[in-house]
Amino acid sequence: MKTSVTIAGVEFKNPVMTASGTFGSGMEYGEFVDLNRLGAVVTKGVANVPWAGNPTPRVAEVYGGMLNAIGLQNPGVDVFIQRDLGFLEQFDTRVIVNVCGRTVEDYLEVVERLADTRVDMLEINVSCPNVKEGAIAFGQKADALYGITSRIKKAARQPVIMKLSPNVTDITEMARAAEAAGADAISLINTLTGMKIDIERRKFVLANKTGGLSGPAIKPVAVRMVWQCANAVKIPIIGMGGIASAEDAIEFLMAGATAVAVGAMNFVNPYATMEVAQGIENFLAGHGIEDIHEIIGCVNR
Amino acid sequence: MAGKRKERARVASQRLLAPGIYDMRIATDLAKDAGCGQFVALYPKDKSTLLPRPISICEADRQAGELRLVYRVAGKGTAEFSHLQAGDSVDLLGVLGNGFPAGRAQRSMTAALLGGGIGVPPLLELAKELDCDRRIVVGYRDSQCFLREDFEAQAPGHVYIATEDGSVGTKGNVMDALRENGIAPDILFACGPLPMLRAVKQYAIEQGILAYLSLEERMACGVGACLGCVCQTAGVDPHSHVHNARVCTDGPVFEAREVEI
Ligand SMILES: Cc1cc2nc3c(=O)[nH]c(=O)nc-3n(C[C@H](O)[C@H](O)[C@H](O)COP(=O)(O)OP(=O)(O)OC[C@H]3O[C@@H](n4cnc5c(N)ncnc54)[C@H](O)[C@@H]3O)c2cc1C
Ligand SMILES: Cc1cc2nc3c(=O)[nH]c(=O)nc-3n(C[C@H](O)[C@H](O)[C@H](O)COP(=O)(O)O)c2cc1C
Ligand code: FES
Repeated sequence: MKTSVTIAGVEFKNPVMTASGTFGSGMEYGEFVDLNRLGAVVTKGVANVPWAGNPTPRVAEVYGGMLNAIGLQNPGVDVFIQRDLGFLEQFDTRVIVNVCGRTVEDYLEVVERLADTRVDMLEINVSCPNVKEGAIAFGQKADALYGITSRIKKAARQPVIMKLSPNVTDITEMARAAEAAGADAISLINTLTGMKIDIERRKFVLANKTGGLSGPAIKPVAVRMVWQCANAVKIPIIGMGGIASAEDAIEFLMAGATAVAVGAMNFVNPYATMEVAQGIENFLAGHGIEDIHEIIGCVNR
Repeated sequence: MAGKRKERARVASQRLLAPGIYDMRIATDLAKDAGCGQFVALYPKDKSTLLPRPISICEADRQAGELRLVYRVAGKGTAEFSHLQAGDSVDLLGVLGNGFPAGRAQRSMTAALLGGGIGVPPLLELAKELDCDRRIVVGYRDSQCFLREDFEAQAPGHVYIATEDGSVGTKGNVMDALRENGIAPDILFACGPLPMLRAVKQYAIEQGILAYLSLEERMACGVGACLGCVCQTAGVDPHSHVHNARVCTDGPVFEAREVEI
């Protein structure tokens, strides 16, 4: 039975990845899951310099999910290369580095610093709703997305995944802009901008007022958007949004995603990634499916 | 110490300790790895409450493999826990966090253990693990002084009470009780609401003594991965490389001077 998938020439032993920002660089959840069992570890967003992130409270539970406004806290690319990549090199798994920035130059600096490392792919976060400058500004207008994607593609040594925001009128327009600018793949969805109010205190629950919604509540939206993009572009798609189980992941695969990522549900079940990988294998075996590609995008055929 | 894990355990017993305050014992091998000031996170079964609820370890019986948790019903998750009975299953994640460094209190020292409100429970395991003179100063809203007898058993004659309404002990807070009773500690350990921790920090700086404070913050992962639970640090944190430390893994206990509260 074949569970491996290939994206932009990079082969993954299975399609299960970690969603950026929910898994650190794998050190913490490495106590729970065997990282060798994952298709890839996708790291927390990394910028050119350390970012302090937003004030607290940064997280809030909501029905069917959670809001976060971490604000892309990260130690900067130098520490990341030395410490986090050093750690990840011990494992037989692919490494995808999520890159964030305030200006195009910030992104380019990170991309260039990563050029000589053993990183397998870059995921460019132009869709974080929680920082004031940069980030999402590049991800909500097709021409801005086209511009940053083409500049990053010129500088990048590794294949480039553009991570799309669902906070747009037409996600296919964004997917097409990324493809036209040379992106090797797209990943979606990042979080949906949300808000929670503490009615006793008459105040916002999050210090940032708004936060990104993730978890099971967003899954149907994410599946729909993956399906739309699969019908709009030819480049591979990494699907995410509320995946808790193999069944959820298989929905994304059938909608047209070549790979999937588990995010907020790691917090609920620290073993989720490994269980999803195992569950997909069981599903394939149980249904007599020889190759995972038989189900990828099957609803579109 | 063994690794962190999530497991399904059994409730050994549960009883009401004071209005809204519950005392639950959970049979789990996690007890063997548990130290004072550390915590576990309990998962409610209701799927509308996805995230784990951090609760401090009040006592760890390593031989029997039992954790004692004392908590206040504060919302949906804790309300659900309060209905659990002996034999029921409960999912928990543990053992989490960096607890109180009991070893920093040398035998010759006098340690003051300061607890306010629902910050009182973790001081019990700390009192058991300290090997020095202990002065336990605990503050409550009113005469519902939960865990008082347990503290008396640990440090007979050295338990001091403060109540907001003055119904028991000193009228006021734990700092008032500390002063009123002429306690002059060489080291402080504290858990409680933020204004109390600020007062403890200021006192420690004035006296030039060490103070270890247990902080609280909203958490998602509980294991250091999401960066949801940070507190501001005085210096650049060695992990984050910014002025932020993770309460769930670098804390919840910090030396007072390390954190900006
Ligand atoms: C390290 C640590 C140790 C703690 N130890 C104890 C203890 O020993 N006894 C005790 O009674 N309480 C303790 N708390 C507080 C306890 O975690 C909250 O009261 C509990 O999470 C409330 O959950 P809920 O579902 O009942 O409330 P809800 O308000 O419905 O919870 C909604 C969300 O907010 C979070 N939340 C709400 N209040 C707090 C809070 N004060 N701190 C952190 N998260 C919160 C919940 O975890 C949940 O994700 C501790 C908190 C921390 C951070
Ligand atoms: C706490 C948290 C932090 C996140 N940080 C990042 C990040 O640094 N970069 C990024 O591209 N996406 C980030 N995301 C978005 C996730 O990678 C993912 O796209 C989104 O949460 C939807 O998936 P989920 O519902 O499975 O969590 C973060 C999400 C959460 C919950
Ligand atoms: S709760 Fe996720 S880092 Fe502390």
